[in-house]
Amino acid sequence: MLKSLRSRAVPLASSKHQINTLEGGDFQNATLKTFDETLKHQGAWPLKPRALDILQVNLGYMCNQTCAHCHVDAGPDRKEIMGIDTIKKVLAVAKKTGVPTLDLTGGAPEMNPHFRWLIETARAEGIKEIIVRSNLTILEANASYKTLPQFFKKHKLRIVSSLPHYSAKRTDKQRGEGVFSKSITALQKLNALGYGTNPELILDLVYNPSGAFLSADQAGLEKNFKTKLEAQFGISFNQLFCINNLPISRFLEYLIASENYETYMETLVESFNPATLSGVMCTNTLSVGWDGALYDCDFNQMLELAVDSASNHIDNFNLDRLLKRPIRVNQHCYGCTAGAGSSCQGSLT
Amino acid sequence: MSDTYYNPKDLKNFKNISDWSAPLGEAFFSYYQKVFEEGALSAREKSLIALAVSHVVKCPYCIDAYTQDALKRGIEEEEMMEAVHAGAAIEAGATLVHAVQMMNKHDKLSL
Ligand code: SF4
Ligand code: SF4
Repeated sequence: MLKSLRSRAVPLASSKHQINTLEGGDFQNATLKTFDETLKHQGAWPLKPRALDILQVNLGYMCNQTCAHCHVDAGPDRKEIMGIDTIKKVLAVAKKTGVPTLDLTGGAPEMNPHFRWLIETARAEGIKEIIVRSNLTILEANASYKTLPQFFKKHKLRIVSSLPHYSAKRTDKQRGEGVFSKSITALQKLNALGYGTNPELILDLVYNPSGAFLSADQAGLEKNFKTKLEAQFGISFNQLFCINNLPISRFLEYLIASENYETYMETLVESFNPATLSGVMCTNTLSVGWDGALYDCDFNQMLELAVDSASNHIDNFNLDRLLKRPIRVNQHCYGCTAGAGSSCQGSLT
Repeated sequence: MSDTYYNPKDLKNFKNISDWSAPLGEAFFSYYQKVFEEGALSAREKSLIALAVSHVVKCPYCIDAYTQDALKRGIEEEEMMEAVHAGAAIEAGATLVHAVQMMNKHDKLSL
């Protein structure tokens, strides 16, 4: 199994090193425009939030997988986990702000020991939509996790799961040996409970490219995924979200090691689509780190770019202030604005 | 000028052909774009046809572009290779069918 950057103690494990990489090279010598310059050129600087529609909560960086492209640098060796006190504060903020969607991510969010309590409480408090970003294999990990699909159904969680391809080869290459077949088993079990067919039980899949290229044609890919998964495994799902890999963390390591970094950045910059700007995630989402710190998005969290606001922690959460903040951008943001755009909800245009 | 006839970076300058003849260049690019839109054939099917033809016309720029396009569309290795074989088979067939001409000529001239 691949190890996290952190446990290998390589220079790229440090967010500072990642940012230096993103600010150097062709961006330093002005061959490519920085994201800031592009925003200024578009008259869209600084990027500002519109609203708070989604509170994305990172329950911890621990994961049963170590996918090659992981922007979190998650893995079994990561011990950062959101504690019960922080979870309580997150729920209080969700209640107070009336945010319609709670989006639970990680790592594998299910590995947080307070995961079930959090969902039961959030449901009791009437939060409209709860999303769980499940990697699927965790649902097959042991007897206790195997009861999660029933729990998801009971609380009508919306499940969003990664499946980079309907071929075992491409999926396993990105997510690890054997991930595909376990994911298929988990999907079949979710289907058996009504997920993907019952309109109240939404099951979405996430496609992200298995290499140094962008995703394209979300509608065409969705059609193909649906036909192939149905024909080969009898699997149904709702929507397919196409997400680009952002040049940070382990994907950045891969880009550099495979000598694709420069071309990839060039492609991202050349594919900049101004129409995506109004929909990028940071304009309607806030990301909460495992320790309660606030970020513009999960990517900024991994780069340790804290929100540019005096309200920068769940302890001092102030929505009015936060909605006035300028969003902190860097070259990784080109991943969200390339082509049809990319977000946790798929393409933007 | 580069030292080789082909330079990958030239692909990006393709649009510059319009500099010397805007009406023809623009007409070509708008036609090209239209051809590859969803139609009676899906954009995915057309991408595979383009990949096959890229090999038949042996254009390194097109091979570069349509390999990337195939990856973006989630097209698998087997599908890509089968497309290239379809192109190669037609190309081989086109060569071989001329052997009938050879045979005809041979028979005409032979006792
Ligand atoms: S991509 Fe998701 S499943 Fe894979 S290691 Fe990262 S957090 Fe875990
Ligand atoms: S990475 Fe994307 S979501 Fe995050 S700040 Fe940049 S543009 Fe916004």
